[in-house]
Amino acid sequence: MDIDVQKVAMLARIRLNDDEATELAPQLNEILGYVDQLAAVNTDGITPTAHPHDAAMPLRANVVTNGNRRDALQAVAPKTESGLYVVPKVIE
Amino acid sequence: MPFSSLSHIQTRLDNAETTAVEVAQLYLDRIATHNETLNAFVYIDAEHVLAQAEASDKHRAKHGARALEGLPIAVKDIFCTQNGPTQCCSNILKDFHAPYDAHVITKLKEAGAVLVGKTNMDEFAMGSSNETSAFGPCRNPWNTDTIPGGSSGGSAAAVSAALTPAALGTDTGGSIRQPASLTGITGLKPTYGRVSRRGIIAFASSLDQAGPMTRTVKDAAMITSVISGHDSGDATSVADAPELDWLAACDKTDMKGLRIGVPKEYFVEGMDAEVRASVEAALKQCEALGAELVDISLPNTKLAVAAYYVIAPSEASANLSRYDSVRFGHRCDNPEDLLDMYTRSRDEGFGAEVKRRILTGAFALSSGYYDAYYLKAQQVRTMIQQDFLTAFENVDIIATPTSPITAFKLGEKTDDPLTMYLSDIYTIAVNLAGLPGLSQPCGFSADLPVGLQWIAPAWREDVLLSAASAYEGATDWHNKSPKAFDEVSGGES
Repeated sequence: MDIDVQKVAMLARIRLNDDEATELAPQLNEILGYVDQLAAVNTDGITPTAHPHDAAMPLRANVVTNGNRRDALQAVAPKTESGLYVVPKVIE
Repeated sequence: MPFSSLSHIQTRLDNAETTAVEVAQLYLDRIATHNETLNAFVYIDAEHVLAQAEASDKHRAKHGARALEGLPIAVKDIFCTQNGPTQCCSNILKDFHAPYDAHVITKLKEAGAVLVGKTNMDEFAMGSSNETSAFGPCRNPWNTDTIPGGSSGGSAAAVSAALTPAALGTDTGGSIRQPASLTGITGLKPTYGRVSRRGIIAFASSLDQAGPMTRTVKDAAMITSVISGHDSGDATSVADAPELDWLAACDKTDMKGLRIGVPKEYFVEGMDAEVRASVEAALKQCEALGAELVDISLPNTKLAVAAYYVIAPSEASANLSRYDSVRFGHRCDNPEDLLDMYTRSRDEGFGAEVKRRILTGAFALSSGYYDAYYLKAQQVRTMIQQDFLTAFENVDIIATPTSPITAFKLGEKTDDPLTMYLSDIYTIAVNLAGLPGLSQPCGFSADLPVGLQWIAPAWREDVLLSAASAYEGATDWHNKSPKAFDEVSGGES
C-alpha cells in the first residue's frame, strides 16, 4: 500500500514541499512495509496494552494546585497582547 | 580525579579533601578543553555552575551533606530547567526557557547536586545516533569518527570522556542503555512509573522514563534513589511502587543462587561477532561468580521493533501536536492565516526524522488504519510483556547484549531510517514491557566498547543492581577510559 504523504502531512499540520514529499514517500512506505508484519500475528482475544503495569488512572481532588503564573507562562509565547495569545485572523 | 566515580568524589568531599567548587571547576575546565571536539554539551553556564557549587559548600558547612551534595550532574536537553534554555535539540524550541523545573531536576537540586548544563541529544529523543540534533552531531570519545549512540548521546559522551562524572538521560526505546553501551559507561532505565515524567519533554508517554548514566553501578543507584518516587503531578508515576534499598543492592559481590535467563532470540545472525564473544565471556564470568545460566525463549522478540515503530510514532504525533506556535515555540514569519502558521512553523521547526515519525504516527492513527496499526501493535505489546512474565517464572534476571553492534561511523546510517531503527532491536522490548534495564561495559570490539544488558522484573531494580555490581566487582571494564581524553594515565584511571 502506498501512503499519500501530502494528505498525512496535512493531517499532521506540516507543510511539505514536493522535494521533501518525494524523499519521504519511499522511506515511509519502507517503514510501514516493515511494521506490516504485525498483520500476520494472531492477536485474537489479546487485550491491548493500556498501561505497562495495568495501573488505574488516579484521581485527585478538584482544587487549584497552581497559582496564577500567567506572565511567566506567556513570556515564552511568540506573540501576546493584554494577556491574550495573538494568532492570525481566524474569522473574516 | 576526572575519571573518578561519583561515589569516590563524594568520599573526597566528605573527607574535606576537596570542595564542590574545586570539583565543579575541574569539570568546567575539561568541558572548555574537550567540548568543541565532542559537542556533548549544548549549553553551559559556568557562573551558574560555580554559584551552585559555592552554595553547596556552604550548605555542607552549615547543615551537613545531602544525598548528592556538591556532585556535578549534567542533564539531557529534554529536561525542563528554569536556568538556561530547554530546547530538546530542536529548532522548534530554539531559545525556549522553561517556566518551571522538571520534577527530577527539583529532586536533584534538593539533594544538593550541582547541575552542570544541558547535553546534546537526537531531536526530541528520536534517533539512535545523536545525528538528528539541531545543534549538530555529538561524537564518541572512543573514536571521534563514530557516533556515541542515541538519543542520550551527549550525556553518554560527556560521562565517557569525564566532562562530568554523571548525567541524566531518558529512555523510550533504549536511549539510555544503547549510548551507555556504545560509550563504555553504565546506564539504568528504571521501571516505567518509577520516576516522574513531569517536566520532561514528552516523546512517547507510555514508554518514556528518565534514568542515570554513570561510571559505576553504585553511582547509578545513588542517582536513581534520589530521582525516583511518586509525583502527584504525573498521573503515570506509580504511587505504591515497592521501595528499595538502592545502595545496599550494590554491596553484592557474588551471584550465588542467581538464575540468569539467556534468551536465544537475542543471539542471532546480524550481531557483531566480537559483541557476541564479549557477552558470552561475560556470561561465563557470571557462572564463575555462582550464577546459573538458563536457556530461555522470548518468542515475540522479533515483533518488538515493528510494534514500537507504530506505538512510539503514534504517541509522538499526538504529543508533538502541541507545537502549534501559539503558546510557545517557533513561529514562521508573516503567516497568511492560521493554517499557514501551523503548517509552515512546523515545517521550519521540525527536522527530517521528527517529521518522519510524526507522519508515521499520524498515518497509523488515521481513520481506517487505527485497528490495523495502533490497536494491533498494542495487542502485540501485551504478548511481548507476557513473554517476559513467563520467563520470570523461571529466572531472576535476563542477560543480553545491549546492542547488536558497536558505535558506527557518523553518516553511515542516516540515509536509511529503517536500518537505524533496527539497531535498537535489543532494548525496545524492555520499554514495551515497562521493565527496568541496565547496560554496563563488558568488553571491546575493534577498540569500541560493548555493553551487557540486564533486564529484571518490574520494580526489581535491586536485582539489576546486585547482578551488575557483582559483575563490575569481578571485572575491570568500567575503569577503562578513552585515551584521547585521559591526559594523565593514558587510558587507565
